[in-house]
Amino acid sequence: MSIRERLSGNEAVAYAIRQINPDVMPAFPITPSTEIPQYVSTYIANGEMDTEFIHVESEHSSMSAAIGASAAGARTLTATSSCGLALMWEELYVAASDRLPVVLALVNRALSGPININADHSDSMGARDSGWIQIYAESNQEAYDNFIQAFPIAEHPDVKLPIMICQDGFITSHGVENIEIEEDADVKKFVGEFEPEHYLLKKDEPMAVGPYAVSNYYMESKRAQRQGMLNAKKVILDVAKKFEEMTGRKYGFFEEYRLDDADYAIVIIGSAAGTAKAAIDEIRATTGMKVGLLKIRVFRPFPEEEIAEALKNVKSVAILDRAEMFSGTGGPLGAEVTAGLYRARSKAEIVNYIYGLGGRDITVDDFKQIYDELADIATTHEVKDNYRYIGLRERGEQ
Amino acid sequence: MEKTVEIRWHGRGGQGAKTAALLLADVSFKAGKYVQGFPEYGPERMGAPITAYNRISDDKITVHSNIYEPDFVVVVDEGLLDGIDVTAGLKPEGAIVVNSAKKPEEIIPKLRGYKGKVYTVDARKISVETLGKYFPNSPMLAAIVAVSGVMDKEQFINEMEASYKHKFSKKPEVIEGNMNALRMTFEEVAV
Repeated sequence: MSIRERLSGNEAVAYAIRQINPDVMPAFPITPSTEIPQYVSTYIANGEMDTEFIHVESEHSSMSAAIGASAAGARTLTATSSCGLALMWEELYVAASDRLPVVLALVNRALSGPININADHSDSMGARDSGWIQIYAESNQEAYDNFIQAFPIAEHPDVKLPIMICQDGFITSHGVENIEIEEDADVKKFVGEFEPEHYLLKKDEPMAVGPYAVSNYYMESKRAQRQGMLNAKKVILDVAKKFEEMTGRKYGFFEEYRLDDADYAIVIIGSAAGTAKAAIDEIRATTGMKVGLLKIRVFRPFPEEEIAEALKNVKSVAILDRAEMFSGTGGPLGAEVTAGLYRARSKAEIVNYIYGLGGRDITVDDFKQIYDELADIATTHEVKDNYRYIGLRERGEQ
Repeated sequence: MEKTVEIRWHGRGGQGAKTAALLLADVSFKAGKYVQGFPEYGPERMGAPITAYNRISDDKITVHSNIYEPDFVVVVDEGLLDGIDVTAGLKPEGAIVVNSAKKPEEIIPKLRGYKGKVYTVDARKISVETLGKYFPNSPMLAAIVAVSGVMDKEQFINEMEASYKHKFSKKPEVIEGNMNALRMTFEEVAV
């Protein structure tokens, strides 16, 4: 039975961690994810959970300790943001290539510089090629629900990959909203025990983790990693189905909001999807314009074919990126969705927007403007500037 | 309540405007509402101006942007009126509540032509009388509940008493003072 509550996103994730009671949590504080290890430390100090919390001197160390603990056979997690994730860089790849199901609670924040503590996706988008599964949340509810599904996905024998559960810094991490939480016993049962096949503390099976791989082996290990990522697609959906059976809350690779009959669609990740939904309801009620939304939940593995299928009937698509890629051609989500639509022989006009960098707000009015531009593009079939910024101030503008 | 009520808080870092916004979300949640309470974060330090927000509704809230056209504004520090356009976007059919010992007529000239209702509450006097110290939080919270009508006053009092009992379980001596601060504010803010 779900319990009605109101929690911030960080509180919700810490609550889920307490319910799961993993074996080991090494962590180093960084805004805006600091509250997660802070609350977990309080739970431990109060005797509400018995996770081994390791105070480390940096994020390089927290991910290193997580790798060690996970390789030893412990269910392991950590939390970070922004530059903390950047400092984990080397270890992110090690965790993924060692096939360690570490869970990382990532609270998305802009990377320096200029130094900035607010939300954008530059941290996790930068880590998109590290071999981690990435799942994003629109709300506190989704951050909580995704976190509960994280270990069962990551630890599945067909997957064995680390996973990042992402939410937008401050917007959801520090905003208090209504939420439905599950009973401790139900969460524990859902997540189950971690029973790895191979681990360092298995006394009858001596093994090495992370040794040198000569050219004869390196490429095969990468291909095996890719297989884990491909297998993750089915596992993510299976876990979501079981989660729905427990909670009634439905999840997939992405959420389609009023997309069935839509002529104009926005593709987006994270908390701003909620703002887009409000714009869609308003536009449909006042103008009758058929507007819809595809909100990405799973970015790694990237559900390219499913996205293209969901967008097959739209006339124009705006892909919104909360991260710059500096390719000069678009953002990371823009590039991947565009490639998917091309391979699916889509006829839709496509435009890519960069928004919300460093916490720049995006409003219902901004979304209305985007849908108006989508209608124009669909009529004229001319996309003059297919890589644009929204919410950018002009010189002299307040 | 037919639609979402949007409230913007202006205060200074350390005065508890963020905490007050979260408390309002908390107490509105307990009254059965859908709520949001969130601060706007920047490089703020103790004493620097800060903003916090509330959305309160009978329906699910999905919007995740800041609030630009609030129904109500709460100013926790009167000194902010000189430097900040606290009524920016404030709906004329709404209202503003300012923590001040002055009468609304004395405040209005500083509100850049705002045409809506203006209320003042002397949170310092109330706080010092009831708590012996200056904590503007509780009086301003009661004031915005009275002015906005987001919930029934009696229900608010009951919920806050339960909250304080929980929050101050280790120092129950402050509960009565806080409750008196809420009640005294209701008497002072005539709506």
